[in-house]
Order: sequence, then C-alpha cells, then structure tokens
Amino acid sequence: MAKQTRKTPAKPAASAKPASTAKKAAPKPRTKEVDQENVVPQSLSLNVEFATYPAETYTHGELGLSVDDVLSMYRNMLLQRRFEERAAQMYGKQKIAGFLHLYIGQEAISTGTATAIQIGKDSIITAYRDHGHGLALGMTANECMAEMFGKVGGSSHGKGGSMHFFSKEKGLFGGHGIVGAHVPVGVGIAFAHKYKEDGGVSISFYGDGAAGQGSIHEASNLAALYELPAILVVENNQYAMGTAVHRAFAETEFTRHAIGYNMKAALVDGMDVFSVCKAMQDHVALARENKPSMLEIRTYRYRGHSMSDPQKYRTKEELESKKNQDPIIRLKAYILEHKLTTNKALDAIDEDVKQEVLASVEFSEQSPVPELKEIYEHIYAEDDYPYLA
Amino acid sequence: MAILQYREALRAAMTEEMERDPRVFLMGEEVAEYNGAYKVSEGMLEKFGPKRIIDTPISENGFCGLGVGAAMNGLRPIIEFMTFNFSFVAIDQIINNAAKMRYMSGGQFSVPIVFRGANGAAGQLGATHNTSTESIYATIPGLKVIAPSNPDDAKGLLKAAIRDDNPVIFLESEVMFGLKGEVSEAADYVLPIGKARIAREGTDVTIVAHSKAHWIAMDVAEQLEKEGYSAEVIDPRTIRPFDIDTVIQSIKKTNRCVIIDESNPFASISSEITYQIQERAFDYLDAPIIRITSKDVPAPYAKNLIDYYMPQAKDAYEACKRVMYV
Repeated sequence: MAKQTRKTPAKPAASAKPASTAKKAAPKPRTKEVDQENVVPQSLSLNVEFATYPAETYTHGELGLSVDDVLSMYRNMLLQRRFEERAAQMYGKQKIAGFLHLYIGQEAISTGTATAIQIGKDSIITAYRDHGHGLALGMTANECMAEMFGKVGGSSHGKGGSMHFFSKEKGLFGGHGIVGAHVPVGVGIAFAHKYKEDGGVSISFYGDGAAGQGSIHEASNLAALYELPAILVVENNQYAMGTAVHRAFAETEFTRHAIGYNMKAALVDGMDVFSVCKAMQDHVALARENKPSMLEIRTYRYRGHSMSDPQKYRTKEELESKKNQDPIIRLKAYILEHKLTTNKALDAIDEDVKQEVLASVEFSEQSPVPELKEIYEHIYAEDDYPYLA
Repeated sequence: MAILQYREALRAAMTEEMERDPRVFLMGEEVAEYNGAYKVSEGMLEKFGPKRIIDTPISENGFCGLGVGAAMNGLRPIIEFMTFNFSFVAIDQIINNAAKMRYMSGGQFSVPIVFRGANGAAGQLGATHNTSTESIYATIPGLKVIAPSNPDDAKGLLKAAIRDDNPVIFLESEVMFGLKGEVSEAADYVLPIGKARIAREGTDVTIVAHSKAHWIAMDVAEQLEKEGYSAEVIDPRTIRPFDIDTVIQSIKKTNRCVIIDESNPFASISSEITYQIQERAFDYLDAPIIRITSKDVPAPYAKNLIDYYMPQAKDAYEACKRVMYV
C-alpha cells in the first residue's frame, strides 16, 4: 500500500522579515530569528528585468493597425461604455437583478486584447466583470443585455446572468463567479490548445483581489511547468471590492509574483488601448511558442464594485484624477490629433452605438422569459436524466 | 472471462479508452513515473508517453481546474486523486466549475471529465484520510457518481464514465485495489451508468449496499441462508443517478430493507435511499428500514476504535433479523 500522508507540515521557517506584525507598543525587537554566526550565507539575485508598456507610447501604425481598425476599436470601447451605463439604468429600473459589476474605465483592456488575438482560434476566460470582454470579442449587445434580463434571447438562455457570459463561437469560456477559480480552467484551455496543436493561446483575466487566491498560484506554476500557451493577466483596478491593493498584498508589484514561477512578466498601462494592444501582441507571440507569461495591467474602475457599493474607501479627488486618463477620451484625442477622421464622424459613431444599446434593451424587453421546463435543460448531456421531482 | 485485480480492471479500462480516443489523457499525482501511488496506472507511461500520462505537482485545485478547462476545450481528461480525501482542496473546481459549466453557459460548453480515485475508509489512517465522499458529490446536480464494488463493474463502468459527456466522480477503494474477480473479455465492454445489479436473488429481505459495503451484504446474505432466510442483495453501482426502480421492485417482493452504507450517517446515501423507498413503496413495507453506517464521528486512529467505527457485519445481520421479526 502506498504511503498515505504526503503533506508533511512545513516547519515554521526562520522568518527573514522583522517583526512587522508587532504591535505599536512592542518594547523591544523580538529575539534574533537567525543565528548569523552559524549559517552559511548565499546570495540569489532578485534583480528582474521586465517590459513595461506605458501610455501614449505607441502609434497605431507601429501596431499594424489600419485607420478602420482604430475606428472600430473606438466604436467597441464606446459600445462597452454605453452598454454599461444603460445596464446600470436597467438595474435601477429592476429589469436586471442579482449582482451587476460594471466594466466602465477598463475598456482599453478588453478592446486592446481582442484586437491583438485571433478571435475564434484563441481563448479568453475572465471573472464576473465580464461584459466588456464579451462585447469586445463580438458578442452582440442583444444577447448580452437579454442575458441580464433573464430572457431566452440571452447568451445562456437567461440561466447565467451578468456574471456568466459565454460564447463558444467567439472563444469566451466565461464569465465566472468564484474569485480566482477560473484561472486554473484558463490554464487547462491552454493545455488543450497545446495538446491539440491548434496554435491557439489562452488568456485568463482576473482582478487584483484574485491574486491572493491559491488557485492563481497553482495555475501559474502549472502554466510555467508544462510550458503552456497561456497568458495570465491581472487587471489591477486597485481595489478588491473595497480593499486597496496595499491592504491585501505583502508584495504589491504583481509582476514580481511571476518571478516565483519563472515566468516572463510585464507591466502595462491599461488606460491606453494601444499600450494594451502592443503588450498583448508581444505576449501572444510568446505564448504561441509555448512561453507563458503574466501581465499586470493597471487600470481603474470608475464605478463601485457592484451596484450596492457606497465607495467610502476612496476619495472623490482620486476618482476625478483617474477620469482624466479615460481610455475612450484618450483614443478620441489621438484620432483627432492624427486626423484619422472628423469630429462629426465620431459623433455619428456615438449615435450609432447609442442606438445599438437602446435596441438591445428593446430586444430584451421583447424576448420571452424561459419556459419553466428549461430549468431541467443543459445540466446533463442527455435529455432523459431522471431528476428527482 | 479473465481474472483481474480491481486495479488491473481500472487500468484495462483506461488503456482501452486511450487507445480508442486520442483525446483521453490521464493526469494526477504519481500517475506516470512512479507508476501510480496504488499501481493503477502501472506501465501506462511507457505505453502512452508523457504527453498523455502526466505527473502533477501536489496541486489538486490547480490540476483539477486544468482538467475542467481541457475538457471545455475538446479533450477528455481522467484526473486521478491519490485519494478522494484530497479532492476537498479542489472541491470548488468540481462543484462550481465542472458540474455547473453546461448550465451557466446555456449548453454551449460541456465538461467530459472523470475524477477518479480511492474513496472511503482504509484502516488506521486517521481522521483526514478516511472520508466517504459520495453523499457530498451526489447532492450536486450536473455530476454523476459511480462506486463499483468489483473488477468487472469497475472496468465496464470506467469505460462508460470516460465516454460520458458529463463530469463523473468515480469512487474506488484502497482496500479493494487488490480484489480479484472475473472480468468480461468482451471486445468493448461498457456497462450502463445508472443501472443497479442484483448480486444475489432472494425473497425475505432486501439489502442495498455499494462499494466495499457490498461485500458485507454478501457475507450477511450467506449467513442468513444457512439459517434458512433468503436475502436479495442489490449493488447500486451508480449513486447518481440512483436506480431506485430496481430497489422498489425488490422491496415489493421482500417487503423489508436494510441499507449498508460506509458514509457517516447524517445526510448520507442511505438517508436518500430511505426517503425514496418510503415515498414509493410505503405500503409495501412490513418493517421500518434499518441502515448500518459508519459512526457519526470523525474516523479514529486506534485499531479497536476504527474497527468499531466501520459498519459492522454483525449489526447488518441483526438488522436483517429484526426487519424479518425473527
């Protein structure tokens, strides 16, 4: 019989840290924790070079993007913005229930990524703040809005809701509700791409809050250990619900988390869609050679964590200062500065997007609610599973 | 018929399915170079190579989630738990991701995956290494749960589980890995999931028992036969979906039922079976149903205590006599 117990409890390691947890009035330092005279010192360099992708550094030409591409990116970001604004309104009217997490402020990440990948061949998985990624990949406003209305016209027939957008056709593997739990799944999607040799890569998005979950660390290790075509992306919007990053992490530089897993890392300004696009282009290329990486994309969530968030954890001044870096305003300024189109044409895009979102609300109103028998559908592969009545 | 150990039957099932379908792979702790912690996968690395027989770090949440993602993206993983006690650090991947993905995605994504490994108590291993997990997993819609008691069922049902398009929990047993039995040599031996087996026909009392408790039932039936009583022994084989029809038909004949279930008693498989029997065959019962389970405590270490903890053949025998009023 094989040995049973294999997890020997780790002995408490001699901590290299001073007593940082000591209370204010601690009279003396604790007794020395390492007997310096009786150890053999070793040094390990922790100087790590990593790429950064700052804002306002790249032009669309350098990224291989046409004018049409840029205008399409602008339209897509605007679609996400207007969609979310309308969703908030519909939540207020109680057309949408449950939890609603808005992506406003983070649109450069979804659009920048969708521009850099091959939609249909590559795979995306994300957490519950998933509307932006869905719309960026080409899910329709209709199917997304109707999903939140709980109608059959929704992407999951109204059985998933705001947190569970899926599109097999577009390579969106969800919309997931348990913080961090989907990242091992994203690594498994990468595993299958490599196993099938289909050339696809898998990108897993998660928030800064998730970076403390064990699942992220296990997934990071497996991605690097098995050399998978995976990119792990921390969308660092500074707050895990109401807990600021510095209150949750001993190491707040997430790029340094990658060091422990021997992965390349990069720091990206998530308020500039070109910076995100460039970072993704580079790291997707690495992933296609089975070199996994971790990106920290710094962004900012303008709205509360969910609709019930009073936002007492941050100041109005902080919020206003971030709004000055708005990714949509930034791209608009770029377009006008480079004379890619006229202000009038941009206004027309704005109007077009507004109508598309309004139409999605109308579609969702008209779409029927699921029939009660649908409660028993899409659980097992077979239709005749003997459910208990 | 060939005589195989339980572990050999499992290996034969995996080997045949991997030969049949290149999407099937085996992943888990010590499954490859070590040849399996319990030698279930012995020789498979040599046969299939490291692309398909994959050792993992001790990282159950990570590699179970990996399996779910691989299944969503077109593969058919077999994930081995050294024992199901270790599935608890991965239970979120099983319950929230594997079981619910099809539903949340409105049927867009399926998760054809098998989580398999040893379940239940196996002696003086202490409290954390002796858990019967079947009622925990069987309560979750979206999962199927299988617990075969012998090599033949192990082979036929594991092949079925690997071909199934749903996530399947496949519960084996450390103390049965060496159990020998006849195994069908039929070319493609696949048994139906969700069908119980009447292991022994009888007329006086129905004994329902799965996995290794099945062998207690068989011993008790033999003892009763010597005294002139005829017990019908039903091995459910599959826990979810549960073949209640076979049990009900038997009770309509015997009018009495004893359930032997290695789980802890509260909210166990025996609780559920008892409920379903009273719902569908109340008027056929001539005596209250009695269940024999493990004790309602964590598994102890001391030899005399763990022996006392387990469901006892003596208690099952007396329960049968009691429901027969003899």
